[in-house]
This record gives sequence, structure tokens and C-alpha cells, in this order.
Amino acid sequence: MSEYIIKNGHVFDPVQGIKGDKKDIAVKDGKIVESVGSGAKVIDASGKTVMAGALEIHAHVAGPKVNAGRWYRPEDKHFDSHKKPGITRIEGGKSIPTVFKTGYEYARMGFTFAMEAAMPPLYARHVHEEIHDTPIIDEAALPVFGNNWFILEYLKNQEIENTAAYIAWVLRQTKGYGVKVVNPGGTEAWAWGLNCLTIHDPVPYFEITPAEIVTGLMAANEYLGLPHSMHIHQNDLGNPGNYKTTIDTLKLAEGVKPKNNFGREQVMHSTHIQFHSYKGTNWGDFESGAKEVMEYVNRQKNLTIDTGNVTLDETTTMTADGPFEHHLHGLNHLKWINVDVELETAAGVVPFIYDPDNAVFASQWAVGLEIPLYAKDPMRCFITTDHPNAGPFTRYPRVYAWLMSQKYRNERLNTFKKADKVIGATNLSGLDREITLYELAQMTRAGPARALGLMKDYGGLKPGMNADIAIYNINPDKFPSDGLAIEKAFANVACLFKDGKICVQEGKIADMGHKKTFWVDAKVKENKQVAHDIKEKFLRYYSINENNYSVPESYAPHQHIISVDATQ
Amino acid sequence: MNTVTLTVKNAPELFLECENVNTDAFAGKKADQIAKLGAFQGKEITTLGDYFTITGEAGATAADTKIVINGDCTKMKYIGAKMTAGEVVVNSACDMYTGSWMKGGKLVVNGDVHSFCGLAMAGGEFTINGNAGNYLGAAYRGDWRGMSGGVLRVKGNAGSDVATFMTGGEMIIEGNVDIHLGTHMEGGKIILKGNANRRVGGQLVKGEIYVFGSINVMMPGYKPVRDVELEVDGTKAKFTEYLGDLGERHPKRKGETVYGHLYMKQ
Ligand SMILES: [Zn+2]
Repeated sequence: MSEYIIKNGHVFDPVQGIKGDKKDIAVKDGKIVESVGSGAKVIDASGKTVMAGALEIHAHVAGPKVNAGRWYRPEDKHFDSHKKPGITRIEGGKSIPTVFKTGYEYARMGFTFAMEAAMPPLYARHVHEEIHDTPIIDEAALPVFGNNWFILEYLKNQEIENTAAYIAWVLRQTKGYGVKVVNPGGTEAWAWGLNCLTIHDPVPYFEITPAEIVTGLMAANEYLGLPHSMHIHQNDLGNPGNYKTTIDTLKLAEGVKPKNNFGREQVMHSTHIQFHSYKGTNWGDFESGAKEVMEYVNRQKNLTIDTGNVTLDETTTMTADGPFEHHLHGLNHLKWINVDVELETAAGVVPFIYDPDNAVFASQWAVGLEIPLYAKDPMRCFITTDHPNAGPFTRYPRVYAWLMSQKYRNERLNTFKKADKVIGATNLSGLDREITLYELAQMTRAGPARALGLMKDYGGLKPGMNADIAIYNINPDKFPSDGLAIEKAFANVACLFKDGKICVQEGKIADMGHKKTFWVDAKVKENKQVAHDIKEKFLRYYSINENNYSVPESYAPHQHIISVDATQ
Repeated sequence: MNTVTLTVKNAPELFLECENVNTDAFAGKKADQIAKLGAFQGKEITTLGDYFTITGEAGATAADTKIVINGDCTKMKYIGAKMTAGEVVVNSACDMYTGSWMKGGKLVVNGDVHSFCGLAMAGGEFTINGNAGNYLGAAYRGDWRGMSGGVLRVKGNAGSDVATFMTGGEMIIEGNVDIHLGTHMEGGKIILKGNANRRVGGQLVKGEIYVFGSINVMMPGYKPVRDVELEVDGTKAKFTEYLGDLGERHPKRKGETVYGHLYMKQ
């Protein structure tokens, strides 16, 4: 493999504490190294910003739910389907891009890893087929557990060891990465036409509460010592007054200690917290609860969050929170898909237009920006759009620009049709913080890498780490004052290295890289009870045979397996 | 107003995507510049000059530009699509998306148009002096936003699923239509001079449909309420007024439920 030396760039690397100093980065055999020979190719990065490749911690980019969005929304790609010159394929779709466009667009923005945030175990093969076809970026997927019958039954009796053994089995069957929870208990209640809106609402039939599910899954996650923590989409998403339930859920992490060999420090990752930070009793008296939620998050060190920024676009909502999608459909009357995934989970899909003229949507936009602006520790607060729920991931450059320029976000805030109402209901107008390039590197690189248990190889530029490097056309000494210029720079890297190979040059895809699929193989003691229960459930309830459940290696031929041993 | 004349010299082998054949794309350009505008044929990017002999030059703006197209355009899509002003006259039949997403100006097709024409039209005048296919003035596949403004007139017949999801504007069909006229309509006006097959105004929320001929099978969600004397597109006549679709949700205004209206000429 070739050797490179990236010269004279302004380096931002939280792993080494480098805050914009000029430093050369040497690359050899796919890794960052101390030095290279004189024959190394020189990349001139003078007047540019150099960061590690970014990591996406929560997006819906592969699998049956995403694909349902694609096929039932041809209108999403009609105006946005182009073949660009060069080696790329046709790129289609705006809020639900094709797998090819997904890979290209992440790479163009400087990303090298993405986590598919919700994999229904039964349809894991479909998730892996799409991941395999997504070029350049490494990916992994989180199977959903929060409404799974095995889990509900084990945790009702507080059987942590059985829960852990079952999770380990599912991770191996589905080539999954960790423990995702969506509306714990509420999605199962939805199968009964009900929901769980607080953490104490019992799940029908199973007679277990969301609080017990969350507590039990955190314990099982740490029992296994997985690289990532339990990753939760909380109950009562998107409703005024939900910030109390949000803090109640976060409190469940108090006293729980991380146990892993990956340097991960949190035991709960609470996703798209913007949707969970609302005060008030209805949309009329709705107010931002971001301050209250972030005050708690700032205090409680074993938590990480991501934002879920509303980008004010037409998009497609999709989640395993079935009852919530039904609720959205009732609000906007647009087409609705609902799927029940047997014993495991459910899903819904509804198109959504975050019209800036609407005071509620504009306020959600403001709440989303308040979250990172209130975050005291950028290593625990990550930027997402819960793609495509709050907006397409391709809007990250705009979200960064709003966060990095008070002028830019105030221009937006003050020109809303209902600006007075939005300013009155939120705190954003009083926040003058501007996220720095170093903080951005924490929020999009080092932070998510640590939270995902990938800090050994990802999120930094230290010798020995993966040569995943993004170079942006941003001179920190002359940081653009114009928001659009910031957007433009983050939308198209000057250069992206993936595993030491140049994959993007001046926004153009130059190489498809060698993408890898990450999954976690957790070894547990032999568990006859769980083995018996699995056999029993497949015989009695599943529509398929147990032997047809697992994801064969041919579905993830470029796999990277992270092993953990919980037999001790 | 300046006129640009396009004459077909080479018929495309596949279908040609004429997304650049409109007054907005031509505005401010001379013939040689227009000839360089891109046009997809399948996955290949070709230019308009590969297919047309181009004479004349465009005005400074779309409003000052008239385009006349001669020759066989039956394998050309998107002519006049998204135009905002000016005039386009096509002396041929056209393929899909002709006049779709049009916002203003005048488009005249002296021939038939295929399906999916005038989709989500928002303004201007679109006249088809032949027949139209299916989904005329409807929403794009999957979309819920159909024709919202302007006037679309067909001198001949139209197919099925005409004016689906219409929310505004006026459509006049001087001939007949097949099934599904004005499905999911939520505003606007349809005048049908001929006959309709079945399912007129299914799931209609708001808006008006006038039928001069007959409807083969009436939807069950329509209730006759009264007789009215009306002048519709220059014709004075007595109509029976129906409310509907009673099976669909309806908004309320000042405490009163707003229904859609279907008028059948007596
Ligand atoms: Zn999500």
C-alpha cells in the first residue's frame, strides 16, 4: 500500500488534545504512523482543517424499514436522481437515498463509519444486504430488544444471565453490534392498540414496565461487556411534557457502572434527545425542556446522548416506535406503513414536512440546537438528525453551520413566520455559544468513537489508529463568517482517506474503499434454559424455522468481528 | 418576444429526457448555446443539438421566449415541464411529463400527450389539442400533491386517474375519461364535457366536479341535494348538485362541515 504524508494542515484531534496546530500526519498500510519514507506522496493541507473520519452513531440507512420508505416514496427521488460523472452509480433519493448514494454522501462529508440504528432481528439479512452494498464507509447495526418476548419474559423475573445469553445469541445470529431499545414496552403494547407513555406503564400481558426493561437491559449489556452501551429511543417521543419521562429514564443509569475493555464510559446512550425534551401540556403551550434535560445529562457522567436535529426539510419518518408513527399519520394524514415483526418488534413509516412556517416545527429546530449548545462535555453529546426522522443526514453541514455561527442561526430564528412565538417558547435566542472546530471533532469523531467502543482505531489521528482522515477546505485562521460557506466546506471534503486510501477528492468519489461490517461475538457460558426457550419459540410462534434465521457469512463477506468473553 | 424553433433532425433511439426544453432553460441563450444543453438518453448524457436543428434565439427571460417544436416528439419527455413563463408550442404528440410542474406561461400541444402530463401543475395554461393518457394533472407517483393551479384543457379524451390529488386550478376535458376522476381531490375544479366510466370523486375531500355527460357507475358516497342553474365553461344549463365523498374525512369551517360537490348536467 502507498505511503502518504499530509503536510501543514491544521489538525483537530481530541484523542491527542491537538487544537488546530499545524502538524503532519503520516499514513502507511492503512494506519496512521509516526513517520514515512521520503518517497511518500505529499498531500498539501496548508490552510485546511484535518480531522479523523467522522462517525455516525444513529441513522436509519439500511434494512426493510428504510427500503419500505424507498418503495412507497418514489416522489422522494424523482427530483433527486442523478448520475454524476465518474465512477459512481446513479444516486437517487433525498430523505431515503439509495445505498450507493448513502455511502457516497457520508464519504463526501468526511464520514468513515455509520451505525444502522434499528435492525429487526428477523429481517437482519436484508439489513446486511444493504450494508454490504453501501460503499466506502464501515457499518454496523443494532438489533432491537426493547419489545422482544424473550426479553420481556426473562426480565419480568429479573433473569439477567438468561437475558444476556439470549442477547449474545441474537448478536451472533444477526451479526449485530449491540443492544437497541425503542419505546421499551410501548411497541409491544401497540400490538394491543396501546402504548407506554411513562416508564411505569405496564406492558399488557407481560406485566413488566419500561423502567424494568431498561434497567435489565443495561445490566445484561454490562454483564456481557459489549463495546457499546444500551442505546435507547425513550418512551413518549415527540409529545409536550415528555422531558420528565426523559429524565426519569436517564435516572435509571444512576449507580450503574460501565464494565468493558473498550474504554467506553457510559452505560446508556439516549438517542435523538431533542424529540424527548419538551415542556408544556399541548402544542399550544409547548416549551423547550432542553435546559432541564441537559442539566441532568451534564451532571450524570455515565450517559451519552445524540441530538436528533430537525433540519426543516421534507423527509420520511421511520421508527420501530409503531404507535408514534400512527400518531404522526393522524396529524398530517399522509401515507402510513405499519409492520409487526412477530415476536420482536414493529415499525412505522410516514412522510413528514417540517414546515418552517409552523411554530411547532420551528421550535423543534431550536430545541435541537439548544441540546449541544448546553452540553458541557462534547465527548458525550453527538450530532445526529436521527436520519431521516428529523431530517436527512446530508444536512449535517447545515446543522454544523448553525451550531458554529450564532449569526447564521439567528438569521434563521428571526425570520421564522412565527418568530416571536418560537423565541418565546425556546431558549435559543439567549445562547451565544459557538461550537469550535475542536468541539466539533469531539462531537463527531472522538466522542462517538468512544461511546461505540471503537476508540482504539477510530475517532483520532494518533499513530496506530486507522488512517481514516478528512481534510476540509476550512482555514481556522480565517474561519468563514458566512454560514453557507461553512456548509459548503463540510459538504465536500478536500480529501478523505479511508483505511489509508484516498476515497474522495474535492467532493468527487475517487475510490470505493474496502468497507467492513462490524459485529460483536459475545461468548457466554452454555445456557440450556435459553437454548430450550429459543427452540420452543421457533416451534410455536415464529413463521420461519430456526435454521433460516441466522445471517450466513455470505451476507457479510467483509466482516470485522469484535469478540467479548463473558464466561468468566 | 423572441422565438426559438426546434426541428427534429434525429429521432432518439430510446426516449429523450427533454428537461431542458422549456423557456426557463432557454432564456438568454443563442441557438448554439441551446444546442449544448444536456438531455439524457437512457443513462447517457447527450445534447439537444444531437436531435434538433435549432434556429432563432431566446429572449432575455423566460417571459420573452417562445419555443416552437416541429417534427416527431412522441419519444420525448418533459417538454415544457417546470416552465414559469413564456410560450411553448409543440406541433406533434409528446411523451410523459409534458407540462408537468408548470408554474406559468402557455404550453400548447397540437397532438396527443402520453400519461403523467401536467403533473402537479401549479400555474399557467396548458392546452392539449388531442387526447391525453392516464394521470393527467395528477400527483407524481406516490406523491399527494396534484394539480394546484392554472388551467389545463384537453380537446379530446383523457384516460384514467385524471386529476388525482388535485388541490386547485381548473381542468377541462372536452371528451370522455375512464375510471378514477378526481380521486383524493382536495380543492379545484374539474369540468368533464363527455362521459366518465366509474369512480368519479372517490375519497374527495373538497372541490368541484362538473359532468356534462354520464357516469357509468356512480360512487355510493354521493348524495343529491338540489337542482341548480349554472353557467359552466360557457354553457348555461341545469345541474343536479351532489355532496360527497361522504365516506371521506371532511374539514370544518365556522362549525360547518365542508363537503365536495359533484354537479351532473340534466
Ligand atoms: Zn432513530
